[in-house]
Amino acid sequence: MNRAHPYMANSTEETKKHMLNAIGAATVDELFEQIPDEHVTTRRFELPEPLVSEVELKRHMTGVLGKNEHCEDNLSFLGGGTWQHHVPAICDEIWTRSEFLTSVWGTGSSDLGRNQAWFEFASQLGELVGMEFVGLPVYSWGAAVGHSMRMATRMTGRGRVLVPALMDPQRLDVARTYAGFPEQEGHIEIAHVGYDPATGRLDLADLDSRLDDGVAAVYFENPAYLGVIEDRAAEIARMARAAGAETIVGVDPTSLGVIVPPSDYGADIAVGTTQPLGIHMNGGGGVGGFIATRDEERYAREYPTLQVSLTDTTHEGERAFGLALFQQSSYGSREDGKDWTGNSVYLWAIANAAYMSVLGPAGFEELGGAILRRSHYAARRLAAVPGVSLPWPTGFFKEFVVGFDGTGIPVAEINRRLRDHGIFGGRDLSSDFPDLGQSALYCVTEVHSRADIDRLTAALEEVTR
Amino acid sequence: MTTNGLRKYHAAVWDEPLVMEMGAPGRRGQLFPVDEPDLDGVVGDTSDLIPESLRRGRPADLPELSEPEVLRHYLHLSQEVLGMMGISLFGTCTMKYNPRVTEALTRQPFVAETHPDQDVETLQGTLEVIHGLDRMLRDLTGMDQFVFQPGGGADAAFLHATVTRAYHEARGDLAQRREIITTVQAHPCNPATAAAAGFDVINLPLEEKGYASVEALRAAASERTAALMVNNPDDIGIYNPHIKEWVDIVHSVGGLCFYDTANFNGVMGRIRARDLGFDACMMMLHKTFGAPKAGGGPAVGAYGCSEELAPYLTAPVVVKGDDGAFAIRVPEHAGSTQVREYLGNIPVIIKAYSWLRALGAAGVKEAADLSLLANNYMETRLLRIPGVSKGLPHLDEYRMEMTRYSLGELTEETGVTTVDVANRMVDYGVDAFWMSHEPWFIPEPFTPEAGEMWSVEDLDYWIDVIAAICEEARTDPELVKTAPHNQPIHRVVGSGLDDPDRWATTWRAYRRKNGLEG
Repeated sequence: MNRAHPYMANSTEETKKHMLNAIGAATVDELFEQIPDEHVTTRRFELPEPLVSEVELKRHMTGVLGKNEHCEDNLSFLGGGTWQHHVPAICDEIWTRSEFLTSVWGTGSSDLGRNQAWFEFASQLGELVGMEFVGLPVYSWGAAVGHSMRMATRMTGRGRVLVPALMDPQRLDVARTYAGFPEQEGHIEIAHVGYDPATGRLDLADLDSRLDDGVAAVYFENPAYLGVIEDRAAEIARMARAAGAETIVGVDPTSLGVIVPPSDYGADIAVGTTQPLGIHMNGGGGVGGFIATRDEERYAREYPTLQVSLTDTTHEGERAFGLALFQQSSYGSREDGKDWTGNSVYLWAIANAAYMSVLGPAGFEELGGAILRRSHYAARRLAAVPGVSLPWPTGFFKEFVVGFDGTGIPVAEINRRLRDHGIFGGRDLSSDFPDLGQSALYCVTEVHSRADIDRLTAALEEVTR
Repeated sequence: MTTNGLRKYHAAVWDEPLVMEMGAPGRRGQLFPVDEPDLDGVVGDTSDLIPESLRRGRPADLPELSEPEVLRHYLHLSQEVLGMMGISLFGTCTMKYNPRVTEALTRQPFVAETHPDQDVETLQGTLEVIHGLDRMLRDLTGMDQFVFQPGGGADAAFLHATVTRAYHEARGDLAQRREIITTVQAHPCNPATAAAAGFDVINLPLEEKGYASVEALRAAASERTAALMVNNPDDIGIYNPHIKEWVDIVHSVGGLCFYDTANFNGVMGRIRARDLGFDACMMMLHKTFGAPKAGGGPAVGAYGCSEELAPYLTAPVVVKGDDGAFAIRVPEHAGSTQVREYLGNIPVIIKAYSWLRALGAAGVKEAADLSLLANNYMETRLLRIPGVSKGLPHLDEYRMEMTRYSLGELTEETGVTTVDVANRMVDYGVDAFWMSHEPWFIPEPFTPEAGEMWSVEDLDYWIDVIAAICEEARTDPELVKTAPHNQPIHRVVGSGLDDPDRWATTWRAYRRKNGLEG
């Protein structure tokens, strides 16, 4: 029996005949007349037989995906680029609305609600980071670093960017991809600034020695990739400015209820992640990035993103939203635009907006406090485990490095043993940062209770014994 | 029903304030634990955990709202979004059904609450899906390796530009190969990402037959050519029958060939990029393969390439071991073609996999068939409407899955433009059409793409709306020029969007520029 496909209304023979008759064609194949015969494949495709009913499809999908373990049936301390946070239920309720989920492009009038939600994303993020000009989100934090470096090199006419030696290797790889190769015009040279082994923070003497009139920007993160808070951020920004370089600061927005916004200590461009703002980890598919600056032409005219601005309609006093500086985007000017843009993570921006408005100022302060208490409690407990040491036991937010050299057991083995306890240990740093020995990056957030941390501690004591 | 027989429609009008204007001091939408003596007793005063110079004293100026206020606010906003609630035949984007079964599945913890750095033993389900989709896309395209890291179609084009760069760099001739050739019909992401990757862009012109001539390509190709980046069919609905020859010409001078398969919907199951000679291609999982557009992502530009190019991919790749277990292979030469963190937008990958499993090879071909059937059905009816003509009308073969039309005649006769028509459509509960990417080489363009989802009744209604508006343009042009009339707000003028004294991408900037502070 040839049944109609549930996703395709016109897959009945009658409808096809009706449409063919209207066209005046005898067969559907005729419609493909533009394609030369020798281009058409004769292949017998090896795609699996279709699971035509939803009941079969769901069973198959559940069977496959059910092989995953996850961070709710395990106790996870993984972070370092994707973080486990509480996602308020209304965030999911809002972004899963079909109107938002399947929205297209539309007009400023007929998609007013989505455009307003985007504006509210930018406005609230701007409040967190202390910036007035915010673009729609980019693919990821790494992409935000890449674009902001390119903005800085265009603004300064210089070709070198300084970044911390202790940077997320993946984020750095993305930035490198955006930087290009030395054989090319416009290539950006990325140079590392060393760190102070005693604190994990940037080595300012090394920074000073690297600052000259070839440096377009100094990029650093606060908190840094390995969790430490750059308490001399203002000094770094001052040094960069004195050398004529832009200061780009990467931030985790969940810290901004308790840590001052980057604008307060001299950041020219703030970038960072949007995933912790109400987006599930999604196996790494929750990532998103942002770019924010002061509302000055020098910066605004270098944005590669789309940005939503308040604007007007034909009726006085009526509020609307439109795309500011559209012409400088790749949609407006193709290869003459600033970098490029395209589909990004705009749906997540709506969930981010809901997240920021449901937390409010007090929510961010409490969130930051809860993360601080839990992560510092965990650091103290873990530091007391025999053979375990913390190189930087204070002055961090959410994440901290745990050294296992004293146990004589590699991190990979410890994490394997922890899995028998239903625990995902911290991210293994031993291959990316060999100077840190056998160490791991532990992430502790508001989702972790004291009992969870005590359980981790007990398990670590057992597996390192 | 209205007088012209169309639906009586009016959008929801909530006159919703900005969230920043709502609420009241002290109101809360989400609480977190505070005053935890069992933790404080160990760590001390929370504020002491932040260096004094960096403690936030002044709270962020965010709204203060209860949870139901936030919920209702965003529900109101959602109701002021037309999109797929209407009929959206948004050309170049292949709007199709997004099966809710995978929407529901990907919200489960076994997807949503997975961390990408979990041990691969705990991610076998995700890896099996990625591996399975890779295999299915290889089957459909003939490529040897797919990666899903790019966060959209444009990001996949960027990935190709960077693979091109790495390939020529490895051969030591990157300094010489500075040019990427594309066409004016190609999606803007192709020239834009080529330029962002450091290449000079050559745009081949549109010629008599609806594409650039072989001669034009031959004249442009040289030892400076790094790659060709091209769509086929293009957005006008024209298939370039000389595409194999194009590929040969570019290969003969040492360049790579990238097939931007954004318009795959009409050729899937018939054309394989590798069989045509292309070295790489890109598929939009968020459109062609049933995952939602989501107003602009999360998206995936699946990038497939030949065995020869695969070594230049620095994205992690999922491999299957002899024991049947899946693993992630991370290439060693990092940092030259890594366009995003991690493996990709996992939920989107799962949706695409599931969509292909639901359709199988026959279903994929059926979808392509129906998309051409629907497009040509529409064309038959649309061209009967006075004022509507086909872009490049001298080319009378059946168009592919979309056709670009012109309202130039209507504009000449009535002064009503394609922008006016787009703004009037929404008054009938129909999402505005896509006009054209830059540059506009067809006057007053519009580009509907019917796809396989929309019923013939939906298509008829859409066409009836266009016909009714063209009639209105003659009888009451002001009605169209001042549209929309049934939407939450009137037509957006957009003055000040390029004026530094007036643009405002945040509420804070708006308040300052309009003297609303304090």
